[in-house]
Amino acid sequence: MDFGFSPEQEMLRATARKFLENECTSGFVRARMEEPAGVTDEFWAKLAEQGWLGLVYPEEHGGSGLGFVDLTVLMEEMGRVVMPGPFLSTVLLGGLAIREAGSPAQKKEWLARIAAGRARTTLAWTEPSARWDAAGVTCAAREDKGGFVLNGTKLFVLDAHLADVLVVVARTGEGKTPEDGVSLLLVPKGTRGMEVKLLPTMDQTRKLCEVSFKDASVPADALMGLKGRAWPTLARVVERATVALCAEMCGGAQRVLDMTTDYAKIRVAFGKPIGTYQGVKHKAADMLVDVENAKSLTYYAAWAVDENAPEAALAASMAKAYVTDAYRKVAGAGIQLHGGIGFTWEHDLHLYFKRAKSSEFTFGDATYHRERVAQLINL
Amino acid sequence: MDLSLTPEQEAFGATVRAWLKTNIPREWKSTGSSEIPRMEQYEFLRRWQRTLFDAGFIGLTWPKEYGGRGLTFMEELILQQEMALAKAPPILNVLGVGMAGPTIVAWGTEEQKKRYPEKILSCEEIWCQGYSEPNAGSDLASLQTRAVKDGEHWVINGQKVWTSFAHVSEFMMLLARTDPSAPKHKGITYFLLDMKLPGVTVKPLRQITGEAEFNEVFFDNVRVHESQVLGGVNNGWAVGLTTLMYERLTLGFGLQVRLRIALDGLIDLARRMEKSGRALTKDPVMRQKLAQLWIDTECLKYTGARAITKLLRGEMPGPEASTGKMAWVDTHQRLQELAMEIEGPYSQLWKGSEWAVEGGVWPQSFLRSRANSIEGGTTEIQKNIIAERLLGLPKD
Repeated sequence: MDFGFSPEQEMLRATARKFLENECTSGFVRARMEEPAGVTDEFWAKLAEQGWLGLVYPEEHGGSGLGFVDLTVLMEEMGRVVMPGPFLSTVLLGGLAIREAGSPAQKKEWLARIAAGRARTTLAWTEPSARWDAAGVTCAAREDKGGFVLNGTKLFVLDAHLADVLVVVARTGEGKTPEDGVSLLLVPKGTRGMEVKLLPTMDQTRKLCEVSFKDASVPADALMGLKGRAWPTLARVVERATVALCAEMCGGAQRVLDMTTDYAKIRVAFGKPIGTYQGVKHKAADMLVDVENAKSLTYYAAWAVDENAPEAALAASMAKAYVTDAYRKVAGAGIQLHGGIGFTWEHDLHLYFKRAKSSEFTFGDATYHRERVAQLINL
Repeated sequence: MDLSLTPEQEAFGATVRAWLKTNIPREWKSTGSSEIPRMEQYEFLRRWQRTLFDAGFIGLTWPKEYGGRGLTFMEELILQQEMALAKAPPILNVLGVGMAGPTIVAWGTEEQKKRYPEKILSCEEIWCQGYSEPNAGSDLASLQTRAVKDGEHWVINGQKVWTSFAHVSEFMMLLARTDPSAPKHKGITYFLLDMKLPGVTVKPLRQITGEAEFNEVFFDNVRVHESQVLGGVNNGWAVGLTTLMYERLTLGFGLQVRLRIALDGLIDLARRMEKSGRALTKDPVMRQKLAQLWIDTECLKYTGARAITKLLRGEMPGPEASTGKMAWVDTHQRLQELAMEIEGPYSQLWKGSEWAVEGGVWPQSFLRSRANSIEGGTTEIQKNIIAERLLGLPKD
């Protein structure tokens, strides 16, 4: 047993930290918040150059063939700087769905281009019902003249406005269980009858869209995997993206703790640094416990996913339930300990606080994942 | 990162599993609620520890020449986990195995190392810990029990409190002040004290549960030979602290395991108890709480694994080694609170009532759990330590 990172992974961390500190400054993040793109072409090209866009894709498709433990290191560093842009949506949702469910031709068409930074994608999954289970999939894909016709609305879709192609979760039929009849379809940008609307969001570093379909036609070869049997694959993709998101959240929480302890050492009140007072110390200690626990569960989940361990689904839900609460608490405590300055637009804390909030509801909140844990341990 | 076991470790686990299957005494009934040996179980648990010792399933990481097996933390971890899965009885000589033994192995003279550790493992000699005093709890270094040199002996006078096992112990890890003029951390010496020496008086201290698990210990001109000093005169603070990390890790692992046993017991309880006509495990709020406890319990295991990885790699333990106690306390107290919520009005009934659930064990362990955030360093002290040593916040 070795529950730690390898020297190569530590090296990746050091490289990532240096790169992101230079390229993804607070100024860069704030500029991206103000514009729809969420990222610059130049920055995206650099991520591709680092090999990060294809990190978890097979080498035959232009990737590095690394695993989720490697990715964890990178995600932590990205979370540390609240990196904006469509990394999660492109690499870990749309791209991963293509890796997991795509036909050889679909993989060939998209994965290498994603890895090279020349194509962006996303997953259009949740709907106005805001459900994360299979029953929430109502967007209809009716078979017609050898193809499919889509009708319905997808909501909370990450970066759909930037995607060259969307992986759409749609219902091609009804079955004994809600899971039966769920299919994945590849829908290119500009498809007639598909409308993408960018939504104003609290966390401006995350761009969310509404994607609506009105008699939008796609050919038969848009189908990914088996018709009506896509739910297990989708669950697998989301499970992996969830673990990656947890790692990103850990990185953000760690940064908030660092900022807060640094501040508590220099901010003077009543003639002493505020870090001298137990009211501050104890809150900071609580933050540390939350951050370390969050990491433990996330690292375990990353390992379980890499190993295809039977408990991977349980591990991912345990991590998401815990990390969600931990990041929210830590970010809130960070603002509290900074006092008034932490409440200003000028200070970066709100970027983390808002990212914690948006991440909370991405791929299921803590309540949802605790219930999943309850099911998976046969309560 | 690799959480899988080597074939040798798998085989070791299988050996332990097979052994436990045939050797856990039939009369042992794990209620799932208890993490502390109860007085009425002492004789049974003493025999059980002896059985473990004879089979070589205790003191795995201790050197062979002092009664151990010379194995790594991995085998210890595997053993602990198998014990948890088998719901095995706890060991009795907790403080001897967790603290006294490793401290003696680290600091003892050859004579001391030959004399004590093996009898700790075999449970021939039970140890207690003489640290806390009526006026030195969280601020341990201000302890006042005095030791004055007289020829080849030290003469001890003073009082200790909250001393578990003192009434059944053969020896005590005693911290006493040997140099009152030195700064408070520097004038303390660590003694290996024979509890049968004249002048040692043990008085049971009745606690919140009505039991007397703890004691007060009084020293009235107790003469201890100088050969019983461990790690040098006035070096007691360092001696006491050295093995703290070790203690936290091994005891921590044991605690995680007991927590898991308790949680399994709690889930069983929730399956049997009903509310408004359905099992409590089907109640959505209860499911949330049980799932959270499951997550927190598992989390302790992985945090422990991270700390042990650092030890196995020969690195300094990081923050994850220090957060364990606090996380455990929080989880265990929440678990016990939830047991009361699950039992509902039945949680009011004490042992002796035929209506009491499972003989009334849960209310008892619930009360006992209040001490968790006080014993072994209060939560407040733990937070100060974390803030100052790990986060580098200024001392007052």
